[in-house]
Amino acid sequence: MTTRSVGAPVARSEDPRLLRGEGRYLDDLGHDAFQIAMVRSPHAHARVLDIDVSGALEVEGLIAIHTFEDLPPRLQEPLPLLLPHPSLTAGRTQHLLADGEVNHVGEAVVMVTATDRYAAEDAAERILVEYDPLPAVVGPERARAAEHAVHDDVPDNVAAHLEQSIGDAPAAIGAAPNRLRFRLDIERSASTPMEGRGTYARWDGDDERVRLHTSTQAPTSVRAAVAAFLGLQLAQVECIAPDIGGGFGVKIMHPWPEEILVPWAARELGHDVKFTEDRREHFVSANHERAQVHWIDVGFDDDGRVLGLDVEFIHDHGAYIPYGLIVPIITSTQLIGPYKLENYRVVFDSVYTNTTPVSPYRGAGRPQGCFAMERTIDRIAAHLGKDRTEVRSVNFLQPEEMPYDFGLTFQDGRPLRYDSGDFPASLEKLKQLVDWDGFEERRAAAEAEGRLLGIGLATYVEGTGVGPYEGGHVLIEPGGTVQVSTGLSTQGQGHQTVFAQIVADELGVDLADVRVVTGDTRRFPYAVGTFASRAAVMSGNAIHLAARRVREKALRIASEALEVDAEDLELADGQARVVGSPDTAIDLKVVATLSNPLRYAFDESARIATQFANPGKEGQPPVTDDDEPGLEATDYYSPMSSTFANGMHAVEVSVDPDTSDIEVVRYAVVHDCGPLLNPRIVQGQVLGGVAQGVGGALYERMAYDEHGQLQNASFMDFLMPYATEVPSVDIDHLETPSPLNPLGIKGAGEAGVIPGAAAIAAAIEDATGVVIDAMPISPSQLHEQRLTTAQDRPGDTT
Amino acid sequence: MTGATESYELDVDGRALPVAAAWLGESLLYVLRERLGLPGAKNACEQGECGSCSIFLDDVLVNACCVLAADATDARIRTVEGFGDADHLSDVQAAFLGTGAVQCGFCTPGLILAVHDLLDQVPDPTGLEVREAISGNLCRCTGYGRILQAVEEVKATRSGASGPRGESP
Repeated sequence: MTTRSVGAPVARSEDPRLLRGEGRYLDDLGHDAFQIAMVRSPHAHARVLDIDVSGALEVEGLIAIHTFEDLPPRLQEPLPLLLPHPSLTAGRTQHLLADGEVNHVGEAVVMVTATDRYAAEDAAERILVEYDPLPAVVGPERARAAEHAVHDDVPDNVAAHLEQSIGDAPAAIGAAPNRLRFRLDIERSASTPMEGRGTYARWDGDDERVRLHTSTQAPTSVRAAVAAFLGLQLAQVECIAPDIGGGFGVKIMHPWPEEILVPWAARELGHDVKFTEDRREHFVSANHERAQVHWIDVGFDDDGRVLGLDVEFIHDHGAYIPYGLIVPIITSTQLIGPYKLENYRVVFDSVYTNTTPVSPYRGAGRPQGCFAMERTIDRIAAHLGKDRTEVRSVNFLQPEEMPYDFGLTFQDGRPLRYDSGDFPASLEKLKQLVDWDGFEERRAAAEAEGRLLGIGLATYVEGTGVGPYEGGHVLIEPGGTVQVSTGLSTQGQGHQTVFAQIVADELGVDLADVRVVTGDTRRFPYAVGTFASRAAVMSGNAIHLAARRVREKALRIASEALEVDAEDLELADGQARVVGSPDTAIDLKVVATLSNPLRYAFDESARIATQFANPGKEGQPPVTDDDEPGLEATDYYSPMSSTFANGMHAVEVSVDPDTSDIEVVRYAVVHDCGPLLNPRIVQGQVLGGVAQGVGGALYERMAYDEHGQLQNASFMDFLMPYATEVPSVDIDHLETPSPLNPLGIKGAGEAGVIPGAAAIAAAIEDATGVVIDAMPISPSQLHEQRLTTAQDRPGDTT
Repeated sequence: MTGATESYELDVDGRALPVAAAWLGESLLYVLRERLGLPGAKNACEQGECGSCSIFLDDVLVNACCVLAADATDARIRTVEGFGDADHLSDVQAAFLGTGAVQCGFCTPGLILAVHDLLDQVPDPTGLEVREAISGNLCRCTGYGRILQAVEEVKATRSGASGPRGESP
């Protein structure tokens, strides 16, 4: 008997291959391809005066050198502005190769192609580029001060100014009995997957087709961009995302210059071409995120109820803005979290700086919004001398108020409308899980040992499963294998396993008989991409719907073959069989064979479907007007609006009173993404997110100097957590189903990272009494702050 | 700068593999991946910081990106390709599968070797020893918790105790 697999902690079908080193990532392909190395700008801002390639020409193995001037007109056009918005009035995007000006360190200037990467780098090193350096604009406030401009035709450095509001925040704040005003900062960080960017292209001159493998979260859109730039029909371009060594958002940016240049070079040179980014390139050339400065103005009553909240912030989007306003719009709307804000105004400027461009990194504006909101709630609690969980409780939107429409526009252009969640229940679970009420005893015990212990919490709501749509295709082969495909690509989330679980349950087949392909335009050409915690919600539901159609067709054919009513049949153990009379059954592979009327018996099993064995119904053609051959179906899922997951984290930190060293000693998570398709995979996503949250709170920052030089562009200096830095995590789940989709699920991919900085800041503040208003924070920064606070408060001891 | 080439032989996973006319400056990682068709070791930093290219050189765990291939001609090299086959995973690989310790899989080959190295040398490591032992390997996906759990399982199984096959995170 086939057991139901959705909801079970099924082992991942992806893993045996990956564990044996048989994963095939981008750089494992194209063994004989020419290799590209880029000459990149060492300056944050400069005019390119001259490029002298003569020194490189004698390098053995050199194939070609291309500058902007060498590109055809279409490739001299800037990259597309992927997400236009009415408020984005001064959008600028980069060129494939610099057109006379560079705007960040790492911008590509010259493309060198050689027989191998060693030769390509040798040649690149010998190319002399003469620059005239210009003043660099670094940091959001210097950008808005506009002493210098990043782009001459945008003198104020502001690409967009956007305001949204609910009610009348300024009036409500003015009338409130209590008011606080303060500033909050979050620094830059980046996705930093273990595998950087990479693209490999093969041009088939006989077929006039290009086959592109690229490490992307959006293969269908890369395909469309390549077709547009290269002047090809879509039918001439195939795009495949192979195994991908992590994405975390950075690979949703597309097309990268190299994703256009590599297939173009392959066609020009008539040879396979590959670009594999190295680590330093990734630090300076692949997009960053997170940097924002926020000014908060909040009015509240004596219970801590927020009466009005006014937030202004500057979003630093770097040198170009190809991904539009998605990140600051998410901050603007998701800042609200689980609270019922009736008077809220948010306004931001998105500004140019001479630093690496910005596009979403896991969380995508939410960690900043969560930091702003949760630090605000903590300030209110401190001001009123109330427990921080109490102030949260009085502000919660209640479960009976769902669905709740805030009257704002979310990142998908649709209304910000919460569909589900039970915030009071989640908070209660969290308090139990972390033993919130028992903390003061633990604090006293730690103090007796000379340690400063503090606890903090943070809550969030995450809009997931954003549209417009995804699709799924399900096919039962006559051999019995079930083939499943969807267009979006996978970066380690276990989609192949989870999608197979969904199909196996619907069709009553063994999990091992289901083969899932993601991110291959040859298999499924319509897709949007993997971002916004949307893959399981979007493709999962689309595949579920497609499998249901296949199920219906299988039951129909089986009922005709068995001459029983379809309603008396069930699908189980790879068969359609009569409920309660399992001996009356037909194998699904036989049903698949029968679904395709044949002329030729190419093998023994095919005989039953041939024209003399199975002539069909009298008076009807073998394939009726409302039918198609084959036991397969395609379906799509397109939601009215996003589905909103939520969660809460609590953290205990221990601070060394002498060194200010910070150790996370307890980390508890309550997470609500609806029913869990595979608890082990969902928890894995949460755990990974928490590690990135801890990294973002305590270790990771992009350390730009005032000249726009990234000072820590290596794993030696950019402190991504090792196993020694990540705490163990307790997880509990609340499962409030979403009413928006058939599976009732909400996204889980980004959740773990969102409240990390806010919760850890709160815990450090609780441990030390120092107000934490900027993250990340290092022990030395905390130490400085503790010394300063002690000086400000004579008589205090630290 | 590429220069004179030479041919030599490497002993990889028990096989003598010829390397023909290779520049002597090539790293062992490059030669394994590009010349010998063994892409299991991954290139994620090329400066010995991430452990993704971990291999054994005479039973010592090293970063293949920091070793010259031509310097390894007298050594016994073991790569992830030498651990487990289509029908059989090593105990460490099986524990990674059972605990859900793999996500994108890019760092996984290096971690598999690091855990084999640890448990072959220290059969009963403390929690801190385990964290220290794998702290040469960066993983961006998992947050390491499941990997630590996998180590505990192998440890228990090897010591004869029945290892917990739990579903907990």
